[in-house]
Amino acid sequence: MGIAVEKELGAFRGEEMVLNIGPQHPSTHGVLRLKVHTDGEIITKIIPYIGYLHRCFEKHCENLTYEQAIPFTDRCDYIGSMNNNFGYAVAVEQLMEIKVPEKVEFMRVIVAEMNRISSHLLALGTFGLDVGAFTPFLYCFRDRERILDLFEMLCGARLLYNYIWVGGVSHDFPVGWVEKTYDFLDYFEPKINEYNELLTYNKIFIERSADIGVIPSDIAVSYGVTGPNLRGSGIRWDLRKDDPYSIYDRFDFDIPIGTGAMGSVGDCWDRYYVRVRELEECIKIIRQALDGMPRDGDVHATLPKKIRPKSGHVYSRTESPRGDLGYYIVSDGSDIPSRLKLRSPAFTALSCLDEIARGWMISDVIAILGSLDIVLGEIDR
Amino acid sequence: MVDYFLEIFSGIPFLAFSPNLSFVLAATLAGLPLFLFMAVNALVAVYAERKVSAFMQDRLGPMGQGVGLHAGKWGILQTAADAVKLMTKEDIIPATADRKLFVMAPFILFIGSFLAFAALPFNEHVVAADFNIGLFYILAMGSVGVIGIILAGYSSNNKWSLYGAMRSAAQIVGYEIPAGLSLLTVIMLSGSLAFKDIVAAQTGTTLAVLPNWFIFDNPFTFVAFWLFFIAGLAEVNRTPFDLPEAESELVAGFHTEYSGMRWSFFFLTEYANMFIVAGVASLVFLGGWLSPIPGYFQGNLWGIFWFMSKASFLIFVMMWFRWTFPRLRTDQLMRLCWKFFLPASFVTIIGVGFWDLLLR
Repeated sequence: MGIAVEKELGAFRGEEMVLNIGPQHPSTHGVLRLKVHTDGEIITKIIPYIGYLHRCFEKHCENLTYEQAIPFTDRCDYIGSMNNNFGYAVAVEQLMEIKVPEKVEFMRVIVAEMNRISSHLLALGTFGLDVGAFTPFLYCFRDRERILDLFEMLCGARLLYNYIWVGGVSHDFPVGWVEKTYDFLDYFEPKINEYNELLTYNKIFIERSADIGVIPSDIAVSYGVTGPNLRGSGIRWDLRKDDPYSIYDRFDFDIPIGTGAMGSVGDCWDRYYVRVRELEECIKIIRQALDGMPRDGDVHATLPKKIRPKSGHVYSRTESPRGDLGYYIVSDGSDIPSRLKLRSPAFTALSCLDEIARGWMISDVIAILGSLDIVLGEIDR
Repeated sequence: MVDYFLEIFSGIPFLAFSPNLSFVLAATLAGLPLFLFMAVNALVAVYAERKVSAFMQDRLGPMGQGVGLHAGKWGILQTAADAVKLMTKEDIIPATADRKLFVMAPFILFIGSFLAFAALPFNEHVVAADFNIGLFYILAMGSVGVIGIILAGYSSNNKWSLYGAMRSAAQIVGYEIPAGLSLLTVIMLSGSLAFKDIVAAQTGTTLAVLPNWFIFDNPFTFVAFWLFFIAGLAEVNRTPFDLPEAESELVAGFHTEYSGMRWSFFFLTEYANMFIVAGVASLVFLGGWLSPIPGYFQGNLWGIFWFMSKASFLIFVMMWFRWTFPRLRTDQLMRLCWKFFLPASFVTIIGVGFWDLLLR
């Protein structure tokens, strides 16, 4: 933790200064406030203050029927709404023991993986922005735009989709959507190389991200860090492979992990590069799903008119772009959940910030925060 | 140009009796077009920066569209509109700021770059003040600006501004040394500090086809050119060395608290400084107002054209850097300066010395 900096600058100790990064700051990725104790430019302590985006998601859900909660899940992790819908639908279906039609399973996987691409593109772009590279950000947004266009064609919304419902999806794919998605994949695959040339292997970028903010695998596990951040630390853990839900066990894809190619395992560069590699894996999954999807069939399972699960509880987890997204639902037999709890992967990622950023400089804290890819909507809920 | 005006004034009987008045008049007359040039330079450069960045990022940049009030065809009026907006904007001075210093800081910064501009020749004759130590003078004036930056950061009473100012002071003072040392190679070859002599030493051809510019003189001057250019980038706070105003870290660095006209003076100075670095680099290493095809396209107007196009090209390269590279960290920046640029510029000096002594 910052040993490299300390070695070079010597162990000077000056007066401590308290600096507030946020809640209004260009690179806190939302409304996060970091209370940073600094010694010159070197960080001695970071306390994240959260809650600026708290919208009572869980309390709301205790007053809404099961279907009505879905638009609220959109607003948690607003970068990966499809995956939030997906996780919630899977949880409620598990509680009710429903099986959804084969076609729906394929459709859900396709849109969830598309959303993962768009979420990772945003993460890569803003990470570049955090270390000072402006152009890759706009390149990422150019391609993300195409996914949003496809989603708009699909459900009319570009950010909060409300697409995956309990027992199915809201609409069938429109005519021509599948072909357009194939076109997008053909267009997008070579673009990954462009990001690599522009940002990933840039010497200055490597200087700024390699060996910085290392999360050792034991710390990652003890803080409950999941998703690309955990895989960046060299642990091959992905719910799509290790605890498959939906039909992920039918697809052939790899789980990229951090190898320490540019520095040490678990540094910012590894976390960044895991996301780049995941883009390729997402493309693989989408292609297989599009090929294997039954073209005809209903997009809803046969459901009772009112969703009224038996009393009981369920904890179901899915792999969102940010990691292990868990829904804990307690049902008392009525059509309103008696308790709903969301386990947020970004929250656990943020919790280890102090541990990994201590001893680094202000510029590094911004880079580390960017590499963790947090979404405040999900942390505060 | 001051000398030229003085000569004219000495012919006017009314002014000939008062040398002080005629000097003030001459200096004002020479300085006014310079000020106008700086303002126009900033307008054009900002527009160019927007368009260059837009095309590099797969965007269109400022564009006028539809009928009514808009920014003209291809948005050419955009920066003019911005200038009007900045002039009419409320001038905010934070309650806790040190008022006097806060008001003064942008002008100190501006004066530094304005004074440097005075010695920058556009061709053999068009120069506001023709010094015999022009190069040295410009280097000296380049470091006046840092006082303005420190004052701006200190007087704002804002932690972000303070960080920006501290970074800037370390950076500018540090990078002045390699910049000066790499210019020394050329001074050794031309034996003069006056731009006129330095450019005159670059006439003719070398290696049969190339113009005899100092950049092509020998491998060491070629390296010295890049050392100077990159150190110059650091001095004018451009990416990858834009730490003092690093947007994603320090919000806006030393000018976080500034708004309206005062802020636009920071902006004006930034683009003026870019022009100075590009101008000095093209005068000293790229033959200044000399034509790239020796013997053709010469003359006063062609001279201005060649000088401007060389400087503009270097400014374009600076923009290219800015929209391609990420930003370095403070300690990496200083390490680069003291551990790489400084030794490298010493090597170029020694190399040029031996080259001149043994191979010529």
